[in-house]
Amino acid sequence: MSRKVNWPLTILLIICSLFILFPLYLTVVTALKTPEEMGQSLLDLPESFHWQNFKEAIRLTNFFHAFRNSALVTVFTVAFTLLTNSMVAYAIARNMHRKFFKMLYYYFVSAMFVPFPIIMLPVVKETSFLGLNNMAGLIFLYIVYGLAFNIFIYVGYIRSIPYSLEEAAYVDGASTWKVFWKVIFPLLAPINATVGILTCLWAWNDFLLPLVILNNRDSMTLPLVQYVFQSQFTTNYNLAFASYLMALSPMIIVYLFAQKWIISGVTRGAVK
Amino acid sequence: MKKNSKAFYWMALPAVCLFFIFHTIPVIQGIIYSFTNYKGYGDYEFIGLKNYLNLFQDDRVFASYGFTFKFAIIATILVNVISLMIAMGLNARIKYRSTLRGIFFIPNILSILIVGYIFNYIFAFFVPQIAEKAGINSLTENILGNPDLAWIGIVIVAVWQAVAFNTILYLAGLQTIPSDLYEAASLDGAGKWHSFRHITFPLIASFFTINMVLAMKNFLMVFDHIIALTGGGPGQATEAISILIYKGGFQGGEFAYQAANSVIYFIIIVAVSIIQIKFLQKREVTM
Repeated sequence: MSRKVNWPLTILLIICSLFILFPLYLTVVTALKTPEEMGQSLLDLPESFHWQNFKEAIRLTNFFHAFRNSALVTVFTVAFTLLTNSMVAYAIARNMHRKFFKMLYYYFVSAMFVPFPIIMLPVVKETSFLGLNNMAGLIFLYIVYGLAFNIFIYVGYIRSIPYSLEEAAYVDGASTWKVFWKVIFPLLAPINATVGILTCLWAWNDFLLPLVILNNRDSMTLPLVQYVFQSQFTTNYNLAFASYLMALSPMIIVYLFAQKWIISGVTRGAVK
Repeated sequence: MKKNSKAFYWMALPAVCLFFIFHTIPVIQGIIYSFTNYKGYGDYEFIGLKNYLNLFQDDRVFASYGFTFKFAIIATILVNVISLMIAMGLNARIKYRSTLRGIFFIPNILSILIVGYIFNYIFAFFVPQIAEKAGINSLTENILGNPDLAWIGIVIVAVWQAVAFNTILYLAGLQTIPSDLYEAASLDGAGKWHSFRHITFPLIASFFTINMVLAMKNFLMVFDHIIALTGGGPGQATEAISILIYKGGFQGGEFAYQAANSVIYFIIIVAVSIIQIKFLQKREVTM
């Protein structure tokens, strides 16, 4: 087999990649134009960058407030998910020979097949009854609902870690808690990265759960703000696109820096 | 190890309790509500199987299942075909490999709702404008406004977004195939199609199963795309099951009725997933 570069295929893939890039290009140029400029051509680059759209969109959507909400929800969700879900998975993975833990494993994992709508109506009742129809409740639900999938991939990973390391620690007199935090948790770094990335994407982009749980304008996350914004200002596309671009860009920026990592993390998470 | 086993229970217990409270109890409650006439507020009483019987006579419910399945099946097939092709392309000897991989994964990190809004605009303004210039009369109207065509718009957006994830999975699968297998096959005179059919496809069969099941399950639960593109319209042409449950349950005073719908929806999703896994895994073994 030759080592030659397959140019026709490369070009074909570049053409295909335009299907991905084109909507993004359109978003950027639209966000930078005035309505008059759009009237002339939808596709052209703007004559001068109309930063005013961003300023106006920030004001109308209260962007920084929603950004702060999304960031808070995402950070807390990811941090607590990593700390708590890995712990449960550890307890299950090291006790699979016991009936109780084996049952727990199937109990959690079977929840992967429960579609959200079946719990949507009751959980809204429940959270508002408990006073959790706010950001704290949202974080809480993300951590709990992540358990099903996270336990599935954590358990698979932990079972591949040889037990001898823990044994050595036990011989030295360490408690189970200490073994978990000092020995196991650091070893989980690759799978923590995977879970962290998937949880981060989910919490940042999710729309349905905030839509039904949050009932206060003040606690709206970025996707929810776009939804409200869209239904109120449908005429000015330049403003809308400036707003969309600002909501999308944090993840794009993170992606640009952590691309390799994110792709390998997602692969590992899903293939297990 | 036995001495420390108490700690394991403490590690698991809080999560089990929370999971029970916020997941299992709502599931049970949903099932209980489905046998009542609860509106979401006020009093209610048990009415037995009435909601379920009514569901089977409700045209709107049937239409939503019809739409959801049509959408999910077509989108699942398209996503898997396209992402397998792209993954094979990205796995070949191409230039700019890592950049291209990076680009093809972008849609997966973006919010579907916002992507939907952007495509909404493309369908409403950009496509008609291009069609007008090119003289394609059938596309000069916004397809999302046409009850017969709106579903195509939703499929396009769903496929655009989902291909990213499935491509990465297929790529991971393709990388597990040792390249000397292909070399051996080409020495034996096997063509491109032949080696795909007899080497590539059987060896990534388990990835094919995962991708089909995941894609189907996700598409059956479609929600964000539709909110962003059509809101279920025009009329009720693109009303997916989840949209119907949301609208009827929260805004239409049909809390209990839609709870019954959710139970049916749940049973169907589980059944579809199990059938898919059984069927596809059997294929994995025999090939």
